Amino acid sequence: MNIVLQYILLIVIMLFTLTTVAAWLIWLERRMLAVWQDRYGPNRAGPFGLLIVAADTIKLLFKEDWIPPFADKSIFVIAPAIVAGAVLMSFVVVPFAPGILIADLDIGLLFFLAMSSLGVYSIVLGGWASNNKYSLLGALRGASQMISYEVFMGLSLMGVVMITGSFRLTDIVLAQQDYWFILTQPVAFVIFMIAGIAETHRLPFDIPEAESELVAGFHSEYSGMKFGMFFIGEYLGITLISAMVVTIFFGGWLGPGFLPPLVWFTGKTFIFILFFILLRASLPRPRYDQLMEFGWKILLPLALVNLLITGGIVLLMNS
Amino acid sequence: MISLLRTIALTFMHIFKKPVTIQYPEEKIVLHPRWRGRIVLTRDPDMAERCVGCYLCAAACPVDCISLQATQDEDGRRYPEFFRINFSRCIFCGYCEEACPTYAIQLIPDFEMAEYNRQNLVYEKEDLLIDSQGKYPGYNYYRVAGVDAGVKGKGEGVNEEKPIDVHSLLP
Repeated sequence: MNIVLQYILLIVIMLFTLTTVAAWLIWLERRMLAVWQDRYGPNRAGPFGLLIVAADTIKLLFKEDWIPPFADKSIFVIAPAIVAGAVLMSFVVVPFAPGILIADLDIGLLFFLAMSSLGVYSIVLGGWASNNKYSLLGALRGASQMISYEVFMGLSLMGVVMITGSFRLTDIVLAQQDYWFILTQPVAFVIFMIAGIAETHRLPFDIPEAESELVAGFHSEYSGMKFGMFFIGEYLGITLISAMVVTIFFGGWLGPGFLPPLVWFTGKTFIFILFFILLRASLPRPRYDQLMEFGWKILLPLALVNLLITGGIVLLMNS
Repeated sequence: MISLLRTIALTFMHIFKKPVTIQYPEEKIVLHPRWRGRIVLTRDPDMAERCVGCYLCAAACPVDCISLQATQDEDGRRYPEFFRINFSRCIFCGYCEEACPTYAIQLIPDFEMAEYNRQNLVYEKEDLLIDSQGKYPGYNYYRVAGVDAGVKGKGEGVNEEKPIDVHSLLP
């Protein structure tokens, strides 16, 4: 009984922390974008404008929760919940620190890949249920983008799996005690990072919601807290991909002993979150066909070659 | 590929730059003296009104936001009986200032005149008149004009010749 209570407490704390962090990321993103564009950003509500998140949330909650009469109501309502749900499910396997993880699954990496691809359902269903051509176009783009980037997102990680010999994320972290996998798998890191950006459909790969082309893409018809769910899902996705990059390539919680493991983990994750925001500040959006071409013609072969070479070296070392 | 990385690096370097934003209500921009803002009516060095009610400003105004009515005092000096500017119409073009022959109407560097009530943007003469000579200190129209309006007698002005007695035949 005690262990069950402990897990429930952990889950509640993690849910609370993650959603809060995702909310403050909105503030962080706006602040950092402003810094990189020589502006101040939100600095009026509260110290450093921190309370803008509270103001935003209150605004979203009190907005009219409009469901268009032409929309498919039940699916329209469910879709935003799926994205946040799927991303939050992935956090189940993220090892924050020794002892601070919910489920140490022996298929942790596969579970993460499966859950992150479930996120595409929210885009497709949301775009479809909106019954609006821009939403549908956004949904179509989202689906094809996520499916094609999913392929080598998984493939790029297989090199790490070969070296470690395990899908368990704690094993992967512990295998990096001597050196981080970024040193042996730099190509895999680059591919995973790019695929991760496409997976969270963040800029420069925010093609499903490209404002200048598709109004707001798959969430054009959403308002109020349903839109807020898509928003939170996106920021949770950033946190998740950053956490996974840290876990797989940057030694997870490992680090010099003068700081506790959790601090190392959150610190490294934070750096990658900042990198996501920096990408948004600096890169323009590619054209849709360029994105697909880049994925299938460059990244997929690269991932396969990386896999081949890693496999060869692992075989050579073992024989 | 290199250009993408360079772009990212260049954007990152902006972290060390100072923001260009002027945080307006706390920090104010320095407006130069000839900035065209709120319209005022100035006074001459004797603290009398400069405006002579010639209607040139009202005629020059492209949006017809100036209205006035000229009148005279017992010395024959002209002044506006009322002078009204509707700032909700004014476009701050400065044509009235250019048209004014007596430097009475002037635009000053002040733009903070927002109101909740539109009617409050209609400024009457007492709102427009200021106790200052504005941009042209020392200028007094009636000291250089030919007419006697109680400021100086005929022919007593600066660079002014005595009036000619038209009935005399002497050269």
